[in-house]
Amino acid sequence: MLDTNRIRADFPILSRKTASGHSLAFLDNAASSQRPQCVIDAVSACYEKYYANVHRGIHMLSEESTAAYEAARETTRGFMNASCTQEIIFTAGTTAAINTVAQSWGNAHLQQGDVVLLTIAEHHANIVPWHQLAERNGCRVEFIPLGADGNISDAAVEAALAQYRPKLFGFVSASNVLGSSSPVARWTELAHDAGATVLVDAAQTAPHQAMDVAAWNADFVVFSGHKVCGPSGIGVLYGKRSLLDAMPPFLVGGGMIDRVTTKGFTPAELPEKFEAGTPPIAQAIGLAEALRYLQSVGLDKVDEHERTLARRADKALREIDGLRILGPEAESRSGIISFTMKGIHAHDIAQWLDGRGVAVRAGHHCTMPLHDAVGASATARASFYLYNTEEEVDRLIEGVIEASKKFAPSGRRRRRSAPAASN
Amino acid sequence: MPNEQDIYEEHVLDHYEDPYHRGDLPGATHEDEGKNPLCGDVVQVLLRLSPDERIEEAWFEGEGCVISLASASMLIERIEGMTVEEAKAFAADEMLELFGPKLTPNRQKCCLLGWRVMQSALHSPVHQDEDGMGGQFGGPSLNEES
Repeated sequence: MLDTNRIRADFPILSRKTASGHSLAFLDNAASSQRPQCVIDAVSACYEKYYANVHRGIHMLSEESTAAYEAARETTRGFMNASCTQEIIFTAGTTAAINTVAQSWGNAHLQQGDVVLLTIAEHHANIVPWHQLAERNGCRVEFIPLGADGNISDAAVEAALAQYRPKLFGFVSASNVLGSSSPVARWTELAHDAGATVLVDAAQTAPHQAMDVAAWNADFVVFSGHKVCGPSGIGVLYGKRSLLDAMPPFLVGGGMIDRVTTKGFTPAELPEKFEAGTPPIAQAIGLAEALRYLQSVGLDKVDEHERTLARRADKALREIDGLRILGPEAESRSGIISFTMKGIHAHDIAQWLDGRGVAVRAGHHCTMPLHDAVGASATARASFYLYNTEEEVDRLIEGVIEASKKFAPSGRRRRRSAPAASN
Repeated sequence: MPNEQDIYEEHVLDHYEDPYHRGDLPGATHEDEGKNPLCGDVVQVLLRLSPDERIEEAWFEGEGCVISLASASMLIERIEGMTVEEAKAFAADEMLELFGPKLTPNRQKCCLLGWRVMQSALHSPVHQDEDGMGGQFGGPSLNEES
């Protein structure tokens, strides 16, 4: 386990009390993580000391900002193990990155009848851009369903690739609901063998596991800053240089051009070609600091820490009557655990836990097709990160047990007189 | 700030476990269904209006959290017997007051789901087939969020 006392001291928000007076147990990290002081300081320092627009001015501040912004790109390149900084595009987030691929690569390469293959476990961010493209150009979106064991097997991927012969295979490196992980390198190889281009939504592994896009060999890899202890409003689109080079720009305007005349424009080279407008400068600088912070802790240790917490939660939750856990067995579970309780809505579980200072997410977690597939309209989800403790897991369990008693049918009768609420 | 003890007071849990008129209403003249896209809650409201524009009978059905289902029960109990005009004039803040416990903005959406569906149901007559049988298959709702 990580030394959580030391790590928690890095995150100022974790010392605050909740509205209910409890200390904060923040277990909603799959939605967005918290930030260590060093990231907050890096963003502040940018604004306090050297902020100006990048790639624009020849004055001192613009030079310093540009240098810091490009250094952030190099840090991100190193974090992903990309081969060059031209392959690192800063976007507004994972959603913006996938939209860029759909609108640029998808528009150029997909035609009527072509198939985009996804898994049923995708976040809406990796579904809706393809639905929109399909509406426009007649391509088709197909999904690989979960197997009987709740997972997607290599065989199922292979079969779907053979059946649909997709032009693109997009999948999550780890589900934001199930707590399952995808064998990225293996699926990428299968997809390449079938002639498909591969997009990996790495939003749920970037915060927890060392990333190696060279080993994955995927064509596009995307993730968000706000889930990796970085600022919101920034994400990364990695693309193989040959692909990005051949793609038309998506957002167009200032900053992404080589030349503009009254007749037309010539786009800039990579990576600026895909960074129209003033980019998220301070956010990129904060992201780089966050990536350095995670590397200093050690992503292998972060991953193991979360898995240990998730196994503890898994074991205890399974003992609660009427509680159903989604996803794989405890041994292969990442730091996410989603569950339903018979007769109790996820919102009520989350509301009850909030009253105990425990923050979890309830709802469909932007995965409606997955929830349809598992037959749940909403689930409660706890997602752990490097600063969470076993004591917080135990508070989660206690709260869920309390909720199961609180909301269980107990022969209540409504007052028949139908009074107006009198308080 | 509200906490869960306030929100889940006895009056609310009573309506949740023992709701007023939860179920089908054969012969409904008006009905609609709506969702809260945040959480997937669904509430259906079924009304039988008299020729003189009064809510003779009101029922609801749904799937959702304590707040959305208990508030729907309270609403249905309250509006039964009202004239259509009175029901239309029954405002969102009156619904929140009827519910009682103070809610955060996100939970207000749960509380107002049934109210919103009731308001649209008043404008959604059930299609009558040639035999004059009331159907339970209203057309697509115009107010569903997605």
